Amino acid sequence: MALNELTLLESFEGLRDKKFSSEELTKACFDQIEKHEDKIKAFVTLDKDGALLQAKKVDEKIKNGESLSPLAGIPVSVKDLLCTTGVRTTAASKILENYIPPFDATVVKILKDNDSVIVGKTNLDEFAMGGSTENSAFFTTHNPWDLDRVPGGTSGGSTASIAADESIFSIGTDTGGSIRQPASFCGVTGLKVSYGRVSRYGVVADASSLDTIGPIGKSVEDVALILKYIAGRDPKDSTTPPIDVDDYLSEIKKDINGLKIGLPKEYFIEGMDEGVRTSILEALKKFEELGAEILDISLPMTDFALASYYVIQPAEVSSNLAKYDGIKYGLSKRDGDLLNIYLQSRAEGFGQEAKRRIMIGTYALSAGYYDAYYKKAMKVRTLVKKDFDDAFEKVDVILTPVAPTTAYKIGEKISDPLKMYLEDVFTVPASLAGICGLSIPAGMANGLPVGMQILGKRFDEKTILRAGHQFQQITDWHKQKPQLK
Amino acid sequence: MKLSIEEVEHIAKLARLSLTQEEKEKYSNQLSNILEYMEKLQSVDTQNIEPTSQVTGLTSVMREDEIIESGIEKDLVECAPAHKDGYVAIPKIFENK
Repeated sequence: MALNELTLLESFEGLRDKKFSSEELTKACFDQIEKHEDKIKAFVTLDKDGALLQAKKVDEKIKNGESLSPLAGIPVSVKDLLCTTGVRTTAASKILENYIPPFDATVVKILKDNDSVIVGKTNLDEFAMGGSTENSAFFTTHNPWDLDRVPGGTSGGSTASIAADESIFSIGTDTGGSIRQPASFCGVTGLKVSYGRVSRYGVVADASSLDTIGPIGKSVEDVALILKYIAGRDPKDSTTPPIDVDDYLSEIKKDINGLKIGLPKEYFIEGMDEGVRTSILEALKKFEELGAEILDISLPMTDFALASYYVIQPAEVSSNLAKYDGIKYGLSKRDGDLLNIYLQSRAEGFGQEAKRRIMIGTYALSAGYYDAYYKKAMKVRTLVKKDFDDAFEKVDVILTPVAPTTAYKIGEKISDPLKMYLEDVFTVPASLAGICGLSIPAGMANGLPVGMQILGKRFDEKTILRAGHQFQQITDWHKQKPQLK
Repeated sequence: MKLSIEEVEHIAKLARLSLTQEEKEKYSNQLSNILEYMEKLQSVDTQNIEPTSQVTGLTSVMREDEIIESGIEKDLVECAPAHKDGYVAIPKIFENK
């Protein structure tokens, strides 16, 4: 097996046991990138020099017998939404095309403090809005399983980089499904943490009450390890509560005998791919084998959650994107007066989806419409959250599909925004409720990966990770790799 | 419910976006479609339901009112498209009469 095909844990063990060096591991990733990146296009910016420099530093530390973190010397790709000092951070937007941050996001700082090797910044839908990475202002990313298909979005570059073994782990963001859905489309493991579990400091803001930062990797075990390091209170992000970080790696080793798994009827609907439905129902049998108990539950607000989300998210993003005005940073068209700078910079800098969401949000918040749209949506949000609170009185975790379909073809849905939004129907409710959700490979349909979603209570990542890990102990969907030529 | 071109122009002005005529028509159609989908929210009974603006339950997280130097003031100013002598430069807002 080539070094870049290893998991995070295997890489850590290999470095610790001096079977190979960080430089060799990093070079293997870059060899893979050189071979396949022109077809996959997962990265906006690559930093080979910086990565090799860092890898060599770690090798020195290993040689000197220093005690190192398990993340040390391991190549990681970072979604181009997290600020990285001195390395271009674009949010896949023309308005930040040449922005070079003078500071690190907290999560990036954690990676650096743990001596990880940052390989580059991955592609996304502009400002994390979309479901396919086709809304990137620069180019679209291609699914390693079928290059004519989307990798999903918005963390499509991140998940593609893992599926193609271009990096060992990745950091993405999930606001309405942006880790879970591309993880499903690319056949990798991704975690949407509970809102507030991981610091948002230094991450380009999309919707401030919904944004989360999370790990993407080749297995639940890997994801559990990464989470241990990136989770926790950050004084720079007031929405991170001072709640203890569990020892996820030991928690996941416990069995799931008697675990109550809820199956919400509203998530098994018409219009879902038969291949998706079959894979999930097959996966359920494995959970029963492991001793879990399956219970039917109902989440009646599911149908309204999407409409609520598509009022709240645009409203919040219209406010957050107001900062891009051509004055403090980013693209600036300096013809004419101040108003013109705003109008032209934003007209030229923002893509179509960004403009659409800004306008929906502005409308929903404007005088005369605030109560009917935004306030109403926030009340519906309370009811969506209550659905989950009530369900978690009866069950420990909830199992659902991630998306109604497998990866669709590039160009298939991009001209119909509403059709694209409807793909989010299974991921958005959990975002509104701020609960955690794990997306793991559950099967294949027509040669494409099918993911399943395991939802858990707020700050109960340990339970969903345990369920996912135990599933991965008796199945090998997560070990399947695409054939790259 | 159909959004008129005038309404699209009003929203664009609020959002400080300049749109071409073609864009105004396109967005008028797309936004109308999307907003029509939102109408289903009206059928939900939300009487006596409090709105949720965030789920952490935290309120007014405080810290000591002490100055912490960032060390990157110069770098931050230099991110600006126009800057001079350590200040962000913007065009005149008021005319001197």
